[in-house]
Formats: sequence, C-alpha cells, structure tokens
Amino acid sequence: MKYSAFLPYLLVMALVTYAVRMIPLVLVKKKIENTFVLSFLHYMPYAVLSVMTVPAVFYATGNVYSAVVGVITALILAFFKRSLLLVAASASAAVLVSELIIRFVI
Amino acid sequence: MKEKSSFLKGIKAGLPICFGYFSVAFAFGIFALTSGLSAVQAWLISATNVTSAGQLAAVPIMVSGGTLFEMAATQFMINLRYALMSVSLSQKIDSSFRLKDKLITAFMVTDEVFAVASSQEGEVDKKFMYGLILTPYIGWSAGTITGAVAGNVLPDIVISSLGIAIFAMFIAIVVPAAREDGKTLICVVIAIALSLAFHFIPLLKQVPGGFVIIICAVTASAVATLLFPISNGKGESTS
Repeated sequence: MKYSAFLPYLLVMALVTYAVRMIPLVLVKKKIENTFVLSFLHYMPYAVLSVMTVPAVFYATGNVYSAVVGVITALILAFFKRSLLLVAASASAAVLVSELIIRFVI
Repeated sequence: MKEKSSFLKGIKAGLPICFGYFSVAFAFGIFALTSGLSAVQAWLISATNVTSAGQLAAVPIMVSGGTLFEMAATQFMINLRYALMSVSLSQKIDSSFRLKDKLITAFMVTDEVFAVASSQEGEVDKKFMYGLILTPYIGWSAGTITGAVAGNVLPDIVISSLGIAIFAMFIAIVVPAAREDGKTLICVVIAIALSLAFHFIPLLKQVPGGFVIIICAVTASAVATLLFPISNGKGESTS
C-alpha cells in the first residue's frame, strides 16, 4: 500500500486510540457511577469481538471447511477456559491438519 | 531502593503479557501482509497503536480505501473500553505519577496491562507501571515485524492456518465470559445475528465494514444494557 494513502489512516487511528486512553486517565478524578454507562461499557468488548469474529473467521483460512474445524477447536478449548495462547495455537494446528488432509488425502 | 525493586516487580508482571502479545502480534503481522500492507507498515501500526481488535479492524478499512471518518469512528468505538480502564486506572495510580507519566502510561492502557495493574494490592507507583508496560510493548512490536517478515517465507498453508489465530483468541475471550454469564451470552448472540445480517442481506451488505462493527456492537450492547443493566458494572478484561 502506498505511503501517501497509508499515513493519513495511521495518523487518524493512532490519534483516536491514544485520545480514548489518555483523556480519561488525565482528566477523570472521580468514579463513574452511572449504571447505564457502566453496563454499556461492560457489554461492549464482547459485542465488538463477536461482530469481528463472525462471519470473518470463516474466511480467514484457506477454505471454509478448515475454518469450521478451527472454530470448533477454539470453541471447545475456550469453553473449558484454556489460555488465549493455547486456544489460538490449537485452532491454528487444527486448521493446518485439516488443510493438509484436504489437499493431500481427499 | 524501593523504587528500583518496584520496577523489577513490574517487569516480572509484564513478561507473561509480553509473550502472549508476541504471538498475537505475529498473527497480526501475517494478516496485515496478506491484506496488502508491507512489513514496515504493519510494524508502524503496531508501534503506534497497541490494540489488537482496533488494528485488525483498521487493516481492511485501509486496503479497501475507507474514509478517514470511518477509520476514526471505528477506532473510537472499538477502543472505547480503554476509556473505562483509564478511568479505573486513574484511581489506582499513586502520587508519584506526574502528567508526563500519565501521558506515557496512557499509550499502553491495554486489557492485559489494565488487568495486571488492577490486581495489584493498593496503589501502583510509576516505576512499577513503567516496568509493567515495557516488555509488552516490545513483544507487540517485535511480534508484528517477525510475523510480517515470516509471512514472506512461510509456506502458504502455514500462513492460512495462522490466519485463524487472532479470531481464536477472540473466541477464547468471549466464550468463557458468555459461559459464566447468560446476559453476556445474549449480548453476544444479538451481536452475531446482526453481523450475519449485515453480511448476507443484500441492502445491508453495502454498509462499509467499520460501520458494521459499530452499528452491531452498539446495538447489541445497548439492548443488553436496557434488558440487563449491571449495577456494579465490573467487567472482565478482554483483549
């Protein structure tokens, strides 16, 4: 990607991300007590990650079948609360094995 | 003497985060490369942002030629949770923090750094904080450049397998929370249903990706908030 197009994006995202983190840390002195705001901020991360994952995860590998295998692997390990690292590594390994099978066996 | 040891204590607390970040950033580096960015561009994004979900959302906006407004709005919404963490941290840090220290710390308010800092007993001094954020930053930067460079030499099949790594990590954050708490599960189900609608319904498909994330996540969170407000608002950390 050309830097003339890339740099404005980089600048905007870095500034917004930093401002979101910096302004409350510097300015806020007292605790937030508004239930609506607190609840909204509690749910938001899970909603964001869910939206980003589905359906994109099914297009993230070589084909949708290996992605399904990877997702099932991740879901099972995540359900049993394994670490982020183990879940990510196992899902990748499961995808690799299924793509090898698809390519060389089937 | 006390200050020195609290810096080392911070380093020790930050090392597990560093290793975790290296691997996630490695996957981001590959993702950025396969999306059409250069290794240096991938590294620049990581070095100036340090936000996994935000960066993952930013790359498609860049390569699809989205507007700067779409970029700004998307980053704002995805990273809004950091504002809550910064508010919480503002209560946790001690009087050794000058404005300069707050300005530096703010750059590294991530889910994991926040979680570790919050779990400390009592207040946190600036030496500890500097120790805590140092190695995760190195891990995040180094992992990105390593992934982006490795992406050029690794076989295709390995790269496509690693493509699922970041998403698997997101699954590892969401699923345990949804398992513990039915209200979060409902929020997640709503978010996924909306996301699928925007992906498959012809008219909704026209909406740019960054806005889809905002619309779906805000709607799902707002519905969940209206249905099940949480009185203490204490959320689990995520990445």
